[in-house]
Amino acid sequence: MTKSRLAVGRSRLAVGRSRLAVRDLVSEAVAGILQRPARSVLTALGTVLGVGAFISVLGLTGTAASQIDARFNLLTATEVDVTDVGPRTAAAPGVAFPADADARITRLNGALAAGVYWDVRLGPEEAVRAAPAGAADRVDSGAQVVAASPGIWSATDARFVQGRAFDSFHEDRRQAVAVIGEGTARRLGITTLRTHPAVFIGGTAFTVIGILEDVERKPELLLSVTVPRSVAERTWGAPADEGARMLVATRLGAAGQLAREAAVALRPEHPEYFKVTPPPDPRSLRGAVGDDLNQLFLLLAGVCLVVGAVGIANTTLVAVMERTGEIGLRRALGARGIHITLQFLAESAALGLVGGLVGTSIGTVAVVSVSAVRRWTPVIDPTHLALAPALGLAAGLLAGLYPAWRASRIPPVEALRR
Amino acid sequence: MTTSAAGTPVIEFRDVELTYPGPPAVRALRPCDLRIDSGEFITVVGPSGSGKSTLLNIAGLLDTPTRGRYLLNGIDTGALSGSRLAALRGEHIGFVFQAFHLLPHRSALENVELAMLYQPVPRGQRRPRATAVLDRVGLGHRATALPTQMSGGERQRVAVARALVGEPSLLLCDEPTGNLDSDTAASLLALLDTLHRDGMTIVVITHDAQVAEHGQRTVTIRDGVLSEAAPRRRTEAA
Repeated sequence: MTKSRLAVGRSRLAVGRSRLAVRDLVSEAVAGILQRPARSVLTALGTVLGVGAFISVLGLTGTAASQIDARFNLLTATEVDVTDVGPRTAAAPGVAFPADADARITRLNGALAAGVYWDVRLGPEEAVRAAPAGAADRVDSGAQVVAASPGIWSATDARFVQGRAFDSFHEDRRQAVAVIGEGTARRLGITTLRTHPAVFIGGTAFTVIGILEDVERKPELLLSVTVPRSVAERTWGAPADEGARMLVATRLGAAGQLAREAAVALRPEHPEYFKVTPPPDPRSLRGAVGDDLNQLFLLLAGVCLVVGAVGIANTTLVAVMERTGEIGLRRALGARGIHITLQFLAESAALGLVGGLVGTSIGTVAVVSVSAVRRWTPVIDPTHLALAPALGLAAGLLAGLYPAWRASRIPPVEALRR
Repeated sequence: MTTSAAGTPVIEFRDVELTYPGPPAVRALRPCDLRIDSGEFITVVGPSGSGKSTLLNIAGLLDTPTRGRYLLNGIDTGALSGSRLAALRGEHIGFVFQAFHLLPHRSALENVELAMLYQPVPRGQRRPRATAVLDRVGLGHRATALPTQMSGGERQRVAVARALVGEPSLLLCDEPTGNLDSDTAASLLALLDTLHRDGMTIVVITHDAQVAEHGQRTVTIRDGVLSEAAPRRRTEAA
């Protein structure tokens, strides 16, 4: 028992203000959340989903973009494809590519090699055999016959197990020679070229002069029988439906320039006979992925976050209504309106922060899991990881503003009556 | 516990009136003067809706009069801002409500500690003080119990402990026995008598005649009009 408070009261006309220490505020907010665990979990769920979606979207698009970067290698960046789209009329039935097409293109600056090729359409009775038709021997019905100019071997960077590629001599003299893939050779029973084996396509024999080991481009050549274009034109005529194509290997960085010049170089009088496809720009490719996926999914993540914030706002508002008696009690115990505001704001902010942290963790796990399944390297920007919980905190703070303000506006008498 | 010196006013109503604007406007408390000195045990009686709670709300700084002056411990409360009124309320007044108003998820000890949250009481002192007050009201052994695990009488004792822990100069009780059976009510009144003997100024609002008799004097309120019965000396002040 101390001495008279009356004396104190009378002498101290300046009354102090009640206070709420930051540590106490945090304790009260944490207690408020932990005392209603189920509700707190459900309240934070919206933010968890929003922030989780945010991290997943950014992480997965970043990861996918890096995969595209990895696949977009040097080869595809130095490759130009030219397609014959010239008229197919009786007057001009041939191939739009001139006979010296390879030379015309390789003369261009930046071109390393170029070769014309097309798939030969065989008749129903025609097949690739190791012996003349009628003889009981091996047939490779799956082998595709390809007509190609000599430049194709440089353009595809072909390597041979045995023999060699056909060249301009074979082309010019219309020599019936063929280059076959290693797999095709095995199926046809050709093991050595010393015996000068032949393959029979329909009724025509082609001497096999080379067996391919591998190619860097156009791997379908490994399963094909490739013959000189002049021989193919003489034997089967010009390609019927799908036009001839040209593969051009370029120096790094020269593909774009070469693509612009190729059509004119091939047929100055009819450049419109060719459709030239340069390699896609890796930046635009990545940008397209970023634009398409990011915008859509970030929008969804944003919607999730807004839904989460609205969930927090709604639950906090309901909590304010439910806890009106508590608000009245706290006011009776000396709390100011600002203390009530801060308490509810701290609770909603803490819920938002916890939701943000959990969402960030779940999003990260999702990105890593998807990457593990797809055998990708997960790529997550560290700034996103730092930003995401802050996003949850901000959502919680914004969501709590109105309910907290309303809580502080309830008159103490009114609050205690409920 | 802090109390004012005997014979000096703790509560002074000077022509205090409270009218709720409505519409229709309701004169909940008609102009009245009231003085409650330090160490007094006053009971306020009256039928429901007579203005008892209005009187208590004004005295407890939960509501402000529309006219007149209210001095608490000599401080003119009409001149104070809301935040200073809150501080004055927290420091000088202890409340005991009919509905207890205990936080259901917190233990008896934590409920008592809550009263010091907004006061300049260091954290380290809160628990020992709350424990001591719980001991004083006879609930030291129930400190960790939740309100839901306690009887009505125990809950009201926790509420009294919460009101006392801040060492107020005035204890305002709004129907403190309203939710208690007669034995528990008698026990609570005995506790209030003890506090009074220790020098606490107590104002109890009730419509129970037996409770009213515990006061040294009884103020009657009917239709917002205050009238005072002759003082009696049933309980001796310390």
